[in-house]
Amino acid sequence: MSSNTTDNTGYKSYLEEDGGRKGIFKWILSTDHKRIGLLYLYAMMLWFCVGVVLGLLMKLELIAPGKTLMEAQAYNATFTVHGVIMIFLIVIPGLPAVFGNFMLPIQIGAKDVAFPRLNLFSWYIYILGGILVIISLFGNGPPDTGWTFYAPYSFKTGTNMLPAALGAFVLGFSSILTGLNFIVTIHRMRAPGMTWFKMPLFPWTLYGTAWIQLLATPIIGITLLMVAGERILGIGFFDPAKGGDPLLYQHLFWIYSHPAVYIMILPAMGAISEIIPTFAKKTIFGYKAIVFSTLAIAFVGYFVWGHHMYTSGMSGAALWAFSLLTFIVAIPSAIKVFNWISTMHQGSISTEIPFLWAASFIFIFMIGGLTGLVLGSLAIDVHVHDTAFVVAHFHFIVFGGVGFAFFGAIHYWFSKIFGRKYDPSWAKTGWIIFFIGFVTLYGPMFYLGIKGMPRRYFDYLEEFHGPNIISTLGAMVMVAGFLIILVNLIKSARHGEKTTEMNPWGGTNLEWQVPTPPPLENFDEIPVIDKATYKYD
Amino acid sequence: MSDTTHHIVPYRTYALILLLLLVLTSTSVAVTQIELTRWATIVALLLASTKSAIVLAIFMHLKFDQTVYKVMAIFVVLVITAVIILTFLDYGFR
Repeated sequence: MSSNTTDNTGYKSYLEEDGGRKGIFKWILSTDHKRIGLLYLYAMMLWFCVGVVLGLLMKLELIAPGKTLMEAQAYNATFTVHGVIMIFLIVIPGLPAVFGNFMLPIQIGAKDVAFPRLNLFSWYIYILGGILVIISLFGNGPPDTGWTFYAPYSFKTGTNMLPAALGAFVLGFSSILTGLNFIVTIHRMRAPGMTWFKMPLFPWTLYGTAWIQLLATPIIGITLLMVAGERILGIGFFDPAKGGDPLLYQHLFWIYSHPAVYIMILPAMGAISEIIPTFAKKTIFGYKAIVFSTLAIAFVGYFVWGHHMYTSGMSGAALWAFSLLTFIVAIPSAIKVFNWISTMHQGSISTEIPFLWAASFIFIFMIGGLTGLVLGSLAIDVHVHDTAFVVAHFHFIVFGGVGFAFFGAIHYWFSKIFGRKYDPSWAKTGWIIFFIGFVTLYGPMFYLGIKGMPRRYFDYLEEFHGPNIISTLGAMVMVAGFLIILVNLIKSARHGEKTTEMNPWGGTNLEWQVPTPPPLENFDEIPVIDKATYKYD
Repeated sequence: MSDTTHHIVPYRTYALILLLLLVLTSTSVAVTQIELTRWATIVALLLASTKSAIVLAIFMHLKFDQTVYKVMAIFVVLVITAVIILTFLDYGFR
């Protein structure tokens, strides 16, 4: 056995430590951060499959003008539930809940998070929120407001909007408690010698994210309660007939929901910042620039929500201020891309699966980011607002960004988490099919948007038919790629070749210095950190 | 203040702060009877902010805590203030 493999003598991995519990109870009663991370992973996988099916149904409906699969009302419900599931149950908890839980304590040299029981409680709240979303599907019919629950329609619709909004409200608590846990963990539990600027970049992005979770999420909670107040008590916050203001809802909603985009994307950037130096075998370029750009994105991201409301009727003063701030927030994102590319420059790159996901992330994220600037520009936004262009843009950012980083991260940390290897040839096949499908699905939607095809309609004019066919075919290809990836990962996690290799990629962070899979409390002795991370000789 | 020492606040102080909070709450209600036009929101926010600051400082012991936590709390207040100002860039100039 080489020094790079785990010595199995007297060693029990977290997967073997069951705490004296059996079956499902060793999972749902465990406060081990690693098991909780996997609980989130399994729940999210299920939700993601539901969201993908709903998305595919929408694309099948749009393969031809007129009714293909469903009526307008069913289409409205489909895109609403698709949005609620994908946003509130997958991409917002996404990387922090799964990989943050699993990797954060290990990467900072801690035995667990600061509040392990609170951590498990957060998962239960997450499940409760999901159940409420399921409940919204029954009774008066699924909600049809869109995931944004815009007033005044959200308090006038006869569909089951309230359970869905309540689900989002409850899910917010899970997010807040996870953020709080991570902030305290990072402040109080870093290993001796791990100063702030010796901390790896993934924990840094989790730190920035946690602050957004903590500060912005309560605003959506209050806002959704206000909508409930409108529906149940008819108070009139957002009802023009009672002196209320529908735009107030939009302000409050986006004060949370735009920073929420950064809750999604910052940990994705953190995962990419881990993968690229490992596979370029090169010290990350501009570590501090990446750290400060993370904090800058988290900070400036609070102040750009108004760009969702350019055509809503805001004042001119607000319009130019939000447009300016939107352009400013692009700068730290561009700094990160510059640093990733510079890290790769003259590196000794090995094109393993995680690297392919990371490289394609940069490509997709650049398209998403640059089209975001198009939308941030006041004059152009008037033309493309609420068109397919916007749908393409945010899928490139949210799905392309978070999805590609998530798949990159799971392929990167897979053997560490499960102690097994995946099939690289199937993983590569899945990646290329997924990538081609993704670009084919969302690429034509930019064109459709520029040509004026509105979003959220189950029907369209004949002139939009061709690109919609291409887009639907892209959706099918992407789903095929996703299924290959999913089956490969599930099969490998259950029956893949076992491995105890501690550091298969040659990474420099602490997760590569603990056994594979890690033991219950990660470290026999808390390590003392005496050098900066990402150092390759 | 170090992690290992604790500041004990006398009950009398708590009682006085409670009284002050009740007075400020009554003031918040009372000023709604005065026609303050565009200043109404600012006055309401100032009163609410004062109450929050007192709760944070005394009841939540921020006054006796380490500087880093004071900085965090002030940072949060500044962020929220900026958010409110930006929102009123819309309402104030419509």
